[in-house]
Amino acid sequence: MLGNYRDALGRAFIEMGNEFRDLVIVTADVSKSTQSIRFKQLFPDRFFSVGIAEQNAVGVAAGMATFGIPVIYTAYAMFATAKPFEQVRNMVAYPRLNVKIVATHGGINVGEDGVTHQAIEDVAIMRAIPGMTVVAVADPGEVTAALRAAIQREGPVYLRLPRASSEIIHKDEGKLRFVIGKAETLREGSDVTLMAIGMMVHECLRAAESLAAERIQARVLNIRTVKPLDEEAVLAAARETRGIVTAEDHNCMGGLGGAVAEVLVRNYPVPMEQVAVMDVFGRSGEARLLMKSYRLTAEEICLKAKTVLQRSQERSAHHRAVN
Amino acid sequence: MTWKAQSGHPGGSLSIADILAVLYSHEVRHDAKNPKDPDRDRVILSKGHAAPALYAALAEAGYFDKVEMNRLRKIDGLLEGHPCISIPGVDLTTGSLGLGLSGGCGMALAARLQKKDRVRVYVILGDGECNEGQVWEAVMTAAHFKLDSLVAIVDRNRYQNDGATAQIMDLEPIGPKWASFGWHALEIDGHDLDQIAGALDSARRVKGRPTVIIANTVKGSGVSYLIDKPELHYKAPSTEQKESAFKDLGL
Repeated sequence: MLGNYRDALGRAFIEMGNEFRDLVIVTADVSKSTQSIRFKQLFPDRFFSVGIAEQNAVGVAAGMATFGIPVIYTAYAMFATAKPFEQVRNMVAYPRLNVKIVATHGGINVGEDGVTHQAIEDVAIMRAIPGMTVVAVADPGEVTAALRAAIQREGPVYLRLPRASSEIIHKDEGKLRFVIGKAETLREGSDVTLMAIGMMVHECLRAAESLAAERIQARVLNIRTVKPLDEEAVLAAARETRGIVTAEDHNCMGGLGGAVAEVLVRNYPVPMEQVAVMDVFGRSGEARLLMKSYRLTAEEICLKAKTVLQRSQERSAHHRAVN
Repeated sequence: MTWKAQSGHPGGSLSIADILAVLYSHEVRHDAKNPKDPDRDRVILSKGHAAPALYAALAEAGYFDKVEMNRLRKIDGLLEGHPCISIPGVDLTTGSLGLGLSGGCGMALAARLQKKDRVRVYVILGDGECNEGQVWEAVMTAAHFKLDSLVAIVDRNRYQNDGATAQIMDLEPIGPKWASFGWHALEIDGHDLDQIAGALDSARRVKGRPTVIIANTVKGSGVSYLIDKPELHYKAPSTEQKESAFKDLGL
């Protein structure tokens, strides 16, 4: 079943507007594409658009937050991170203000709009800011729970949503537990671990099915929080399976792959492969075709899983030879 | 302070000293014993590099011990090179130019939302700072939302980092520019205490639009060795210069 992040976000904004009666949304002339327009219709006094002025928007959000008001700034990932980077760093993160940056359009799955609108650096950019929490939702089903968790967390949070429609993984939103800093295990397995953010989580589930047909049991983790990363889950995967594949619709540098590699190198190095945008820009095109063209697919995850297993085997053989 | 720190911006601090003196002694509703009072007026030093002047005003008002001024920019001190919100009396973190007025707009909107009708917000900008595009985004925002509790004070000392504002990036006609964006614009002598107080009074009487006070000032005001010396923008005084400055100021 396909779901739509946009609709899910609109519903989540309304629900949070009801739950948190002082919650404010600031945006920069993208109320339709972020669906914050639905919040505006219900809570006009708590909605502020400052026009096409993202740097100013973040500053306005920061100023409001100094009054103890929880503030959401929502925009496309490109215009929530790259354009107002310095405002996010100096006005929000450094003073640790309660501003939640809710970004739509993360990754090349943005599709037809092309490179200027496809943020493939946003996770890396936000992750590099001290004290910033970085969350990425896997499917429309967990948008509300993720937004609630972000609002309830003290301090700045970056929440990333894809644009394209995607398979629903979480069908029962009521049962969902979304804990910042905790990965969600979607499938158990002891041969290899597939860990992902965003739309790639569903690709990992598909890949795990294919691998199972070849008698390879893959564990699948929906990482959810790139920062703070669930190091316990990453290290458990490193110890209990033979290697790791990370998958993300993001550049291969500084995102999920980078975060996981840092933890592995410091603690328990195992073979690891990445499925990501391989340090190139995207292009215009239909989302599904782009994902295929840039190898952000279950098929690529399967290939990388086999590479990991191969490397693991070679490593064991090498260890045996040395000893 | 900048002599002790051996870094910082003495000239740009002195040009706003009189403005800060009037603000903190006469205009702003604040209480050093209750620095987080939600009903206080807010002051934003958007030209954050003039922090020494702000810190002197805050110390004078009793927000922290004056001895902290000897540890400006030092690793064991309270006072960062540019103002940050963790320092008592500082309402917004600044330093990177162009940020403060947006924050001021957010504060004025927040005060309106929380029905704190008495809260006023003062933002001090540099004239060179008005090169920044974000300033004009915020200028539009303040007028659009009719933020009459917001007062911007532009320290028109006519110099910026690399030289005279007229040479680097001409700002004129600066008052009419703000006025054309929908602001109530005033121009005063930024070292005349009565004119500063009068302009702030005038701002209070204007409804439905924000006020900007273009304060004509002298960079390094009161200190002869600094006046009209753009090359000293980011230059701490030598011991000799410090002595001559103290003499000029009658300290």
